[in-house]
Amino acid sequence: MSVTPFRLPTIPLYKKETIMNLIAKGLRLDGVRTPESPRSVKVEVGVIEKAEGSAHVRLGNTQVIAGVKIDVGTPFRDTPDQGVLTVHAEFVPLASPLFEPGPPDENAIELARVIDRSLREVGAVDLNALAIRPGEKVWIVWVDLYILDHDGNLFDASMLAAMAALLDAKLPYYEEIETGEIVLDRSKSEGPLPVKHRVVTVTLAKIGDYLIVDPDFEEESVADARIVLAFDEQGRIVGAQKTGPGGLTTADLEKAMDLGWRAAEVYFKALDEALAGKTGGS
Amino acid sequence: MPSSQRRIVAPGDELDPKVEAKEPYVVEVGGKKVATVVGLLDYKGQKPSYIPLEAVYIPKPGDVIIGLVTGIGVTNWFLDINSPYQAVLNIQDFLGRPFNPATDDPARLLKIGDYVKAKVLAFDRTRNPLLTVQEDGLGRITEGKVITISPAKVPRVIGRKGSMLNMIQEETGCDVFVAVNGRVHVKCENEDLEDIVIVAVKMIEREAHKTGLTDRIRRLIREERVVRGV
Amino acid sequence: MAKAQVQLISEEGLRHDGRRPDELRPIRMKVGVLSNADGSALVEFGKTRVIAAVYGPREPIQKYMVLPDRAVLRVRYHMAPFSTSERKSPAPSRREIELSKVIRESLEPVLLPEYFPRTTIDVFIEVLQADGGTRTASVTAASLALADAGIPMKALVGGVAVGKVNGVLVLDVDEVEDSAGEADLPIAAAPDIGLITLFQLNGVLTRDEIRAAVNMALKAIEYIVEKEKEALKAKYEF
Repeated sequence: MSVTPFRLPTIPLYKKETIMNLIAKGLRLDGVRTPESPRSVKVEVGVIEKAEGSAHVRLGNTQVIAGVKIDVGTPFRDTPDQGVLTVHAEFVPLASPLFEPGPPDENAIELARVIDRSLREVGAVDLNALAIRPGEKVWIVWVDLYILDHDGNLFDASMLAAMAALLDAKLPYYEEIETGEIVLDRSKSEGPLPVKHRVVTVTLAKIGDYLIVDPDFEEESVADARIVLAFDEQGRIVGAQKTGPGGLTTADLEKAMDLGWRAAEVYFKALDEALAGKTGGS
Repeated sequence: MPSSQRRIVAPGDELDPKVEAKEPYVVEVGGKKVATVVGLLDYKGQKPSYIPLEAVYIPKPGDVIIGLVTGIGVTNWFLDINSPYQAVLNIQDFLGRPFNPATDDPARLLKIGDYVKAKVLAFDRTRNPLLTVQEDGLGRITEGKVITISPAKVPRVIGRKGSMLNMIQEETGCDVFVAVNGRVHVKCENEDLEDIVIVAVKMIEREAHKTGLTDRIRRLIREERVVRGV
Repeated sequence: MAKAQVQLISEEGLRHDGRRPDELRPIRMKVGVLSNADGSALVEFGKTRVIAAVYGPREPIQKYMVLPDRAVLRVRYHMAPFSTSERKSPAPSRREIELSKVIRESLEPVLLPEYFPRTTIDVFIEVLQADGGTRTASVTAASLALADAGIPMKALVGGVAVGKVNGVLVLDVDEVEDSAGEADLPIAAAPDIGLITLFQLNGVLTRDEIRAAVNMALKAIEYIVEKEKEALKAKYEF
């Protein structure tokens, strides 16, 4: 059951006015950004040695860690020759006074599923290259997203973290023993996880008649609705989701695709910088 | 009987700007007057009017309503008043004097399942509506039958200047009280007459949007009286 | 994920069930189908069949689940175990949890919750038979059930999905087209106030394709909402 959020912090009434007045002048609350620009973004890979791939993303004050774990398992019946990609998100209680311990709520599930779809539909990870013994043994790739600090726009930060961690990930070394079992040696590697496409999401918030890129928590709180657009490097849209209680006009959508692509290029650059010196993808 | 003077409108339909705003059933959206529930747009009068055909009852101070006792608290009863909000009637108000828990047993004064005719004393949507029975004609309903209809249909059961209600009372000799919260109290000489009135009220509820209803209800009552021999 | 190339558009440009690319399946709508609920509706898009019930505004059963200045909307999208080819477990899946949320958020833009503080409005949706487009049929059924319950709404909401099959944009995808198609774009909108209230993309589209798909969907939704109005008025025939 999905319920209108009833435990959100109270935002002072004048705040929305203030935010809108600033946007009208081409400014934001933080005094630094324009409505079209994302916050400062830092991506760091290889932050968890035990994981096959990992990344830590800071988008303004929002922080997300993504860990990629890779195991051997059985394929799905309808895709016997393909590996398996699974995205999971945890809104851990240390990240926000709004988060409670417990199983993932609708927001965590929505986040994970939007990221999962955006990676899957464009074939970001080459699942066809992840069969060890087709029909029997394939690589299972787990992407676990951990929200550490929630200051808005968890979608973009999480997608950057997921993408960077996948680009950072290596397949563990394995040997097939006589019984047919596969034994892993995680201290050695078979090579990088085959990543074919890079994807980022750009979230835009609608506040009054305005659209702004990368809303922080306060901006999200007063926003009427948000639109999340996933882009590949060619600028194709590989996933989308309207989220939040309001609606969008077709003009909003048009503008969102335009502003979104410009911000996507900023995110791709942050990914490039983090992976400089590494060979990400095949 | 389609009539060019009356038509049914749906939520989101734009209304004639001359229609009076009646929140929450007629609201302004983007400078236009819009219907928010299914309703009847009537051009018969001097200016077009809009009558909602679906509605929920929101208590207003001064409303005389009929409530069903559903719970007993330490110093009050809870009443279902056919509304999103449960009403409260204090024992002290019912007694008309201070309530003494040692000698007054609320369960003996009003039982769960009793109907009470009461007036809304206060309601501001932040707390439950508060009722009073300290006026003539208010209190526990001891005779007759009570039925519940959609609050949107109350004006139709009463009719223009009370015409429908007067007709029903004249035709049956019954005492009929229509509370704004969609509860109708029917008190007659015998149960057959009460049942006839109930059938008539249910028909008005079902066909509230149709014209010529008063005549058809009169015919229904007369026929039913013949059938039932009363 | 590479999808098996199945030929679903004929040489004449028709779809596997004979529809043109911009043609809806036969749509049926009926309100007031349940006696207990304050409002209810049955909606069919071809073989997809969805029933929705509305209770409220009412005092919440969980007393803490309230807002002091407005009503809380609760929505559950649920698939009956027999609605799919293989039995679906009745336990709520991650998909159903997400869809409950996006459906709730597709209805909230048209409600006027400030008139009913401290109450809940409950919308329960059951997919009786799934043949593609269940979420958009659900939004349509929920919108009708809310109106049937007399809950004030600024506008009605309707929904439909546009898919891309063999490179062609097609309206109102069924299950065959959805599972073999290259993209699925479910959209809900309130044409009377010009708002898109549900927008998801599962697949890869260019910006031009999105533009074309949105136009195709919005045109269909205008028709769907007209059908909703007819269904509501049909209850009050003169």
